[in-house]
Amino acid sequence: MGLENLFLGFQIAFTPFNLFIAVLGITLGTVIGVLPGLGGANGVAILLPLTFTMPPTSAIILLTSIYWGALFGGAITSVLFNIPGEPWSVATTFDGYPLARQGQGGQALTAAFTSSFVGALFSIVLITFFAPLLAEIALKFGPPEFFAIQLLTFSSFVGLGGGNPLKSLVSILLGFILATVGLDIVTGQLRLTFGFTDLMKGFDFIVAVIGLFGIGEILLSVEEGLQFRGATTRMNLRVVLDTWKILPRYWRTFVRGSVIGFWMGFKPGGATPASFMSYAFAKRFSRHPERFGKGELEGIVAPETAAHAAGVAAMLPMITLGIPGSPTAAVMLGGLIIWGLQPGPMLFKENPDFVWGLIASMYTGNVIGVLMVLAFVPFFAAILKIPFAILTPLIVVVCAIGSYAVHNSMIDIWYMLVFGVIGYVFKKLDYPLAPLVLALVLGDLAENALRQSLIMSQGSLAIFVTRPIAGVITALAVFFFALPLLTPWWRRLRGVPSPPPVPRET
Amino acid sequence: MRLIARTAVFVALASWLLAAPTPAQAWEPTKPIEFVIPAGTGGGADQMARLIAGLAEKHKLTPRPFIVVNKSGGAGAEGFLHVKSKKGDAHTIIITLSNLFTTPLHTGVPFGWRDLTPIARMALDQFILWVNAETPYKTAREYLAAVKEKPTGMKMGGTGSAQEDQIITIQLEQALGLKFIYVPFKGGGEVCVNLVGKHVDSTVNNPIECVSHWKAGRVRPLAVFDGARIPDADWKEIPTVKEALGLDIQYNMLRGIFGAPDMPKDAVEWYVGFLKKVYDTPEFKEYLSRGALKPAFATGAEYVKWVEGAEQLHRELMAKGGLLKK
Amino acid sequence: MRAADLVTAGALMLVAGVVIVDAARLGIGWGTDGPKSGFFPFWLALLMGAVSAVTFGRALARRRQRPFVSRAQLGPVLKVIWPAAALVVVTQFVGLYVASALYTGFYMRWIGRHRWGTVVGLSVGIAVAAFLLFEKWFLVPMPKGPLEAWLGH
Repeated sequence: MGLENLFLGFQIAFTPFNLFIAVLGITLGTVIGVLPGLGGANGVAILLPLTFTMPPTSAIILLTSIYWGALFGGAITSVLFNIPGEPWSVATTFDGYPLARQGQGGQALTAAFTSSFVGALFSIVLITFFAPLLAEIALKFGPPEFFAIQLLTFSSFVGLGGGNPLKSLVSILLGFILATVGLDIVTGQLRLTFGFTDLMKGFDFIVAVIGLFGIGEILLSVEEGLQFRGATTRMNLRVVLDTWKILPRYWRTFVRGSVIGFWMGFKPGGATPASFMSYAFAKRFSRHPERFGKGELEGIVAPETAAHAAGVAAMLPMITLGIPGSPTAAVMLGGLIIWGLQPGPMLFKENPDFVWGLIASMYTGNVIGVLMVLAFVPFFAAILKIPFAILTPLIVVVCAIGSYAVHNSMIDIWYMLVFGVIGYVFKKLDYPLAPLVLALVLGDLAENALRQSLIMSQGSLAIFVTRPIAGVITALAVFFFALPLLTPWWRRLRGVPSPPPVPRET
Repeated sequence: MRLIARTAVFVALASWLLAAPTPAQAWEPTKPIEFVIPAGTGGGADQMARLIAGLAEKHKLTPRPFIVVNKSGGAGAEGFLHVKSKKGDAHTIIITLSNLFTTPLHTGVPFGWRDLTPIARMALDQFILWVNAETPYKTAREYLAAVKEKPTGMKMGGTGSAQEDQIITIQLEQALGLKFIYVPFKGGGEVCVNLVGKHVDSTVNNPIECVSHWKAGRVRPLAVFDGARIPDADWKEIPTVKEALGLDIQYNMLRGIFGAPDMPKDAVEWYVGFLKKVYDTPEFKEYLSRGALKPAFATGAEYVKWVEGAEQLHRELMAKGGLLKK
Repeated sequence: MRAADLVTAGALMLVAGVVIVDAARLGIGWGTDGPKSGFFPFWLALLMGAVSAVTFGRALARRRQRPFVSRAQLGPVLKVIWPAAALVVVTQFVGLYVASALYTGFYMRWIGRHRWGTVVGLSVGIAVAAFLLFEKWFLVPMPKGPLEAWLGH
């Protein structure tokens, strides 16, 4: 492959029309990313018909730009209102929202956008130079490997705990149970639907998150009076430069987040688990784990780097294998077919100008994107200055629209409200919400992968150990599950006193 | 006050923008049309629906836009029940795949094509038996002989459970007296990639799901589950199942459009005319040929007769395979 | 706090019970090729029920505690919940846009005591903007009522 191809691509991406398209797409994408429930997939699907009259390269630049915009935009509401605009921004709320409440919304947003950009750049460079090779690695991942990854994500997160262990366990179990509602694709049976049509589609992760985090948090914060905190945030662009001075300190987290994100991203559904895993590792390796969950910049850097690295990596299987790495990529894939291109391994050979134009546009799109969102940081932070009586109904309406848009169903708005009350009650009673959400998002993926594996092995669990890649990942997962038990023993061995108990997050 | 005045102007402007057009003689959509997809984003049905919506826009074939809505819950049951509840509605249509037959039969959810208003059949999708190109099996006969010999069974990957891929697998098993390990996946693209990665031994993917891997030399088509070979140049070489194995296993998947129950007659006529125009666009023709979909436009009695036959076929096949709801 | 703990644990046990019943119908065994449909729901629910029972017992054993929510706190919380619930109910009859205009307007006037001009201008403006954004440009349909039908949507 190489630089001359990339150069060719840049010639395509740098035409004025394609640059204009990229700016347009990123603006729209950011709006879509801000609106919870309206994800990148919706945004891309909505604009797909518009692209039929464009040349395919411009069309894919428009669609991918929307995607980049949505990736950046997802962080905005996470930080300002504790409402994840996109599933992969859930972990961003853990430290982003506390920072905003301390009047540091600007810093939090700057860190989020910058980290997103770093993660994206890392993945794009890898894709530029190693796409075909990486595609071969991706092929080695079947259901057993996929399950092992889910296990690893989960194990890296649960050990972090703190708080009431019984209640944490209940949260996890409830999340997994909610994930099983709906159609069981392995047997084609309806589970836990009790004959209700409304239950057939199951509980959507994003609806639960809007309720638990967004509405729940509003309820919790108004206990102290009908107002929002954090309006004192600084609102000029100096905040961006000041934050940039601090960020290089977290270079390890950037690297770790990028690697985790890229690695998780090239299998379907990777960005959200990647953001959780990256957050968990950042906290584990941090010298101040007790600061996490209270407004630690590193707690934003970790998930955002991983999420955006994964988001970009999701494009890799699309262009090399013809399978989507994310729901958004799935819609783009449909677009490719409609434009008259055949997604899959032949794309590099048959349509090099398309592929390299796309790769080059990943660079331009993300550079334009990060500059645009950073320029708007003061503006975003100023949203908190809107009077409470205007902002609250606005947030509730936006949440309702988002919940409805997920499945076009009224019942989801009700679910949102119910989850809001559950979130409020759970948080007051010390039931942690993060494990519930993680279980809900992993449950579905993990159960399918597990059962597919067991069908392949005719019911033998040995399949997770005998296959080399799956075996290594499973061993790592087991290690992390055992870590909380091993740590005290290790410390005693080295004569280090145990640290004070880690406060629970969110 | 300035704010009110500005708002008033804005509202006036908005209502002018949204004003209903004067009705013509024949029926025409008077509001945006809801186009339901009983499947997720990115699949075959989703692609076709979005193509139709896009072509309508591009060639100005409709006065009102199509709003495409995915309702994939419960293997499509959610989408079908939604349309079923819109009795007499002239602005709701749905694209179908085989789950129109398989979902009610397997899950017992109460809906069927008789609840809907048939509008038009757009195309039929083919099915092909694929193996990994690195395996030694050059013909279907060789591969199935190997399946028979291997006592632990070969793994057949497919989309979903008790849906078209499993139905075809069971037909093969019963016709030849052998046994596959059927591994269900979420979507067709994923199935083919698992074949390339050798996590399964064979698949019965639609042509479009595997074509790129085939051209890249990673998978090998062995037989088409249809009465005749696919006429397009690329696909002509693949024998039918009859030629390859002497078996009469044929299966096509419906890509058709239905309307809400009791849709007014003149509305149905408009949709038929509209879909015919879409079908005749060069873009749609090209889409069919690239995906090796069978061009099969049909409406009215012809369409109904075909659907009746297909429903009967599914009932028989699923009964034979033990896939009916117990 | 104690009462709330008891109610929550009780509700979770109830949920667990309901799940167990349906899981039993689906089959909770380990078939020839892995677990049946009800296997995971069954064990998850059983464990959740058991753990909740322990939580229930512990809460029962506990003595007096600060209240779950004080009267002063409950007021503002309810002032968020019930208008939001009303929004959802009203949406089912008149559609989301009209309902959200009423809701925003009501809230601004009731809590914020903003001037009527601002109230009407903003609430209608927001609804119209949302309408144009979703129905016209994004083509994402929202629940609609008689007003939108009259406008031809």
